[in-house]
Amino acid sequence: MNEVVVTGMGAITPLGVGAATLHERWVEGDCGIVDGEGRCDAFQPADFFSVKEARRADRFTQLVLVASREALADAGWNGDLPYDAARVGAIIGTGIGGIGTIETNDRALIEHGPKRVSPLAVPLMMGNAGAAAVSMHHGLEGPSYGVVSACAAGAHAIGSAMRAIQHGDAVAVLAGGTEAALTPLARAAFVAVEALSVSGISRPFDARRDGFVMGEGAGVLVLENGAEARARGARILAVLRGYGATSDAYHLTAPRAGGEGAAAAITRALEDAELAAGDIVYVNAHGTSTPLNDHAETLALKSALGAHAAAVPISSTKSAIGHLLGAAGAVEAVATILALRARVLPPTLGLDEPDPELDLDYVPNRARPLELAEHQRAIAISNSFGFGGHNAVLCLEAI
Amino acid sequence: MAEPSIDQIEKVITDALVTFGADASAISRDAELAALDVDSLDLAELSQILEEQFGVELTSADVAEIETVGDAIDLVAARAT
Repeated sequence: MNEVVVTGMGAITPLGVGAATLHERWVEGDCGIVDGEGRCDAFQPADFFSVKEARRADRFTQLVLVASREALADAGWNGDLPYDAARVGAIIGTGIGGIGTIETNDRALIEHGPKRVSPLAVPLMMGNAGAAAVSMHHGLEGPSYGVVSACAAGAHAIGSAMRAIQHGDAVAVLAGGTEAALTPLARAAFVAVEALSVSGISRPFDARRDGFVMGEGAGVLVLENGAEARARGARILAVLRGYGATSDAYHLTAPRAGGEGAAAAITRALEDAELAAGDIVYVNAHGTSTPLNDHAETLALKSALGAHAAAVPISSTKSAIGHLLGAAGAVEAVATILALRARVLPPTLGLDEPDPELDLDYVPNRARPLELAEHQRAIAISNSFGFGGHNAVLCLEAI
Repeated sequence: MAEPSIDQIEKVITDALVTFGADASAISRDAELAALDVDSLDLAELSQILEEQFGVELTSADVAEIETVGDAIDLVAARAT
């Protein structure tokens, strides 16, 4: 099978516009959560889009377009595709899709009747709109589609793109995730299911954690066939070594208490990468700050990594930006690769009161150097788990 | 509904096209909609606005015949009488 490499990355998050901004600010210990939500306040659509482009895209699509432009520029594509357009795809995950568009049009329907529902409602709200926009804006004529698996969607999109390249369906894929669900309906719905933090604080693995903090944003990776990327002289940022996807088949919102499904996904990702638990030098946790996830994930890591779980540093990007839902897995893959490349372990912020039952090394509050022995490789796993029992784990090696 | 004047129709159409993202300085009676980057989705929105404003129902077959801004104004004026 073809090797799959990462040649470009882009991210827009509550810490700002740009993958480097995310990395640098998280390592510094900055938190992008304001008043209990992680908004992309630095993003102004007019800075990136014409009037027509902006009104043809829901915010979740706008965000992924911004991240995709950064990723392509980072990969050095600069407007020209290095491959036949028919061999380049776009696979973009989202948890919900254009919920802002749905709410606006539902209000128009109720207040003014069906003739006031916009002709743009369907093309803006559909969950595949992000993938469609990335394909159209960059002229990508290979496979493109959306991936919908709640908070695992970004990781599933990257895993699906990896398979597409491994099997030759595409030479390159823009893969990622996006979400813009800071809307009245989504907020009320997550409150109703008691998933959101009442305190408005994201503190994964802390004894006081009381739910997740909603965030918005997008992350995109440029994935390429390794041999083709090397042939064109591309700068290789990372190699996508493995992918594991499983399902709990258990409950709509709760993980299995022992983290069995998550553990199976981690094990599968390591098998896929042909690596052992001891090869992992960093875990980018799903780490939502919910009582159930952080407990089950800790058990999953112990189960899948065995004795090595106690030795490997683990941190949660969500402590700095909140939970980006369908974008989380992609943004966290970007953050993982940048951390590995910089040889730094970004911190889990807000972790001041350890939960006695959660006894792993969660890198509390301060970044630390990632020290590698001679010949030790910079390999991490990034975990993503979603409502519905979807588990997706990526195994990444920085080059 | 009182019969709209040509000026009223022109203003509604011009405002709509600007909202859609067309360059206001390029809009004139002779301007071709394609040159203003107006596509089928814009025309669907325009039809909705014209019905709301003037009670004129335009089908997609009707709007498919429109080539210029002037065509749109004349069609609405003819239907609104």
